[in-house]
Amino acid sequence: MMRLIFTMMISVWGTFAVADSMRLAVTTSFDNSGLADVLLPQIKADIGLDVQLLVVGTGQALRLGAAGDVDAVLVHSRAAEDAFIADGHGTHRTEIMYNDFVIIGPQSDPANVRSTASAAAALSAIAQSQAVFVSRGDDSGTHKAEIALWDDVAFGPWYRALGAGMGATLNTASAMNAYTLSDRASWLNFANKGDLQILFSGDPKLFNQYSLIPVNPAKGSGINHTQALALEGWFLGKTAQQMINTYKIMDQPLFVYNDNSSTQ
Amino acid sequence: MNDILDGLIAAFWLVVSLDPELIQISLRSLQVTITAVAIGCLIGVPFGAYLAVQRFRHRRLVISIINALMGLPPVVVGLMVYILLSRSGPFGVLGLLFTPTAMIIAQVIIVTPLITSIAHQAMRELWAEYHDLLISLNTTKWQRIKTLIWDGRRNLLTAGLAGFGRAIGEVGAIMIVGGNIDQVTRVLTTAIALETGKGDFALALGLGFVLIALSMIVNITIHSLSRTERDGRW
Repeated sequence: MMRLIFTMMISVWGTFAVADSMRLAVTTSFDNSGLADVLLPQIKADIGLDVQLLVVGTGQALRLGAAGDVDAVLVHSRAAEDAFIADGHGTHRTEIMYNDFVIIGPQSDPANVRSTASAAAALSAIAQSQAVFVSRGDDSGTHKAEIALWDDVAFGPWYRALGAGMGATLNTASAMNAYTLSDRASWLNFANKGDLQILFSGDPKLFNQYSLIPVNPAKGSGINHTQALALEGWFLGKTAQQMINTYKIMDQPLFVYNDNSSTQ
Repeated sequence: MNDILDGLIAAFWLVVSLDPELIQISLRSLQVTITAVAIGCLIGVPFGAYLAVQRFRHRRLVISIINALMGLPPVVVGLMVYILLSRSGPFGVLGLLFTPTAMIIAQVIIVTPLITSIAHQAMRELWAEYHDLLISLNTTKWQRIKTLIWDGRRNLLTAGLAGFGRAIGEVGAIMIVGGNIDQVTRVLTTAIALETGKGDFALALGLGFVLIALSMIVNITIHSLSRTERDGRW
């Protein structure tokens, strides 16, 4: 019996976090794009920092930051980020990279989205034809971007809010042959495309900016602000720029690095 | 149907190639679940036996509450443990959030009522049988509990295995308190959720088959070690 208890205590102790690591809450699109798998080993090699990723929606990432449970957040929703800093949860905001949102839908395109001229018009066409549209519905950056794009339309049973991550939403859209809004990176890296394809892209309103925000160290004693700043420093360096700009899936670049040299 | 076949093939290759990542997350699944079930048994079995032996006010109420807690929604348990362990919560200074320890805590809360309840059922029937004998031998309460636990050990095994079954397949709570961090808190169930999100159904199913196989191996091992279901035994 004593030995059992002893073994259990050892196994519990063996689980404490290691030194020189930090926690970064990122959006699902950053992880689902596969970019994280490329960047994290390089960060480890360059500055010896073990970045532990918590992959959640932007809404939840900011909640984790506000509670002081992560050391930095990498998110994509400008208005929510500004509020986060204004409330004193984060120290500052650094723009890292951007890509764009795309409207995904069935090849047959019942709402005729392909022929529309703007993102808002594309969504209006979907609303008018009452074709099924699945929404993230989870307060993520993509969800907030989608909400901002709708004109005054009458939402009905054709609009399905899921409350799920980007991958789960794409799975649902694929199964229902429905329209949805996705960031380009998640879409390109998604394995279960089915009959879906990109039907609309290129409107400046579909611009999708990712920013890194270190969490305010005053939020709690355990917050690893030094490492968060070290990570920010790495992201501002030449290696990060080169790696992000050259990351491709099926010959398509996924992200464009923000040139911060003018502001430095 | 093809997806299921692809899943079986993926599971086969993962196991045959001794994929290091698979081994790591499988071991972590076992570590978290077995630790949680062991702690749950240490609490639940004596408590269940005590509830069978001892009569006290509100005993029925306590038993009803424990039976009701068997259906605790894991997501709610996860959220509560998250709020308690968060750095802005009461136990934040311990820095336990997003570690396997946090996952163990959540699972202990989930499995303990189940183990207690099943242990109590088993002990109650045994107590009805042993009642007169143990009273007439003038045993102490602790001696009675020990006798019941020892003689009912095979039924208690069922309680432990039921707890194991609930914990090993659980994803809602450990996703919230563990965070599914690669190399740190990723276990089989959260990896399955992740691969499903990426649309890689074959890998997700493959991991699922590995999980089912693992659960069967643990059950069969424990049964054979404790020599149940054999000739002349029950």
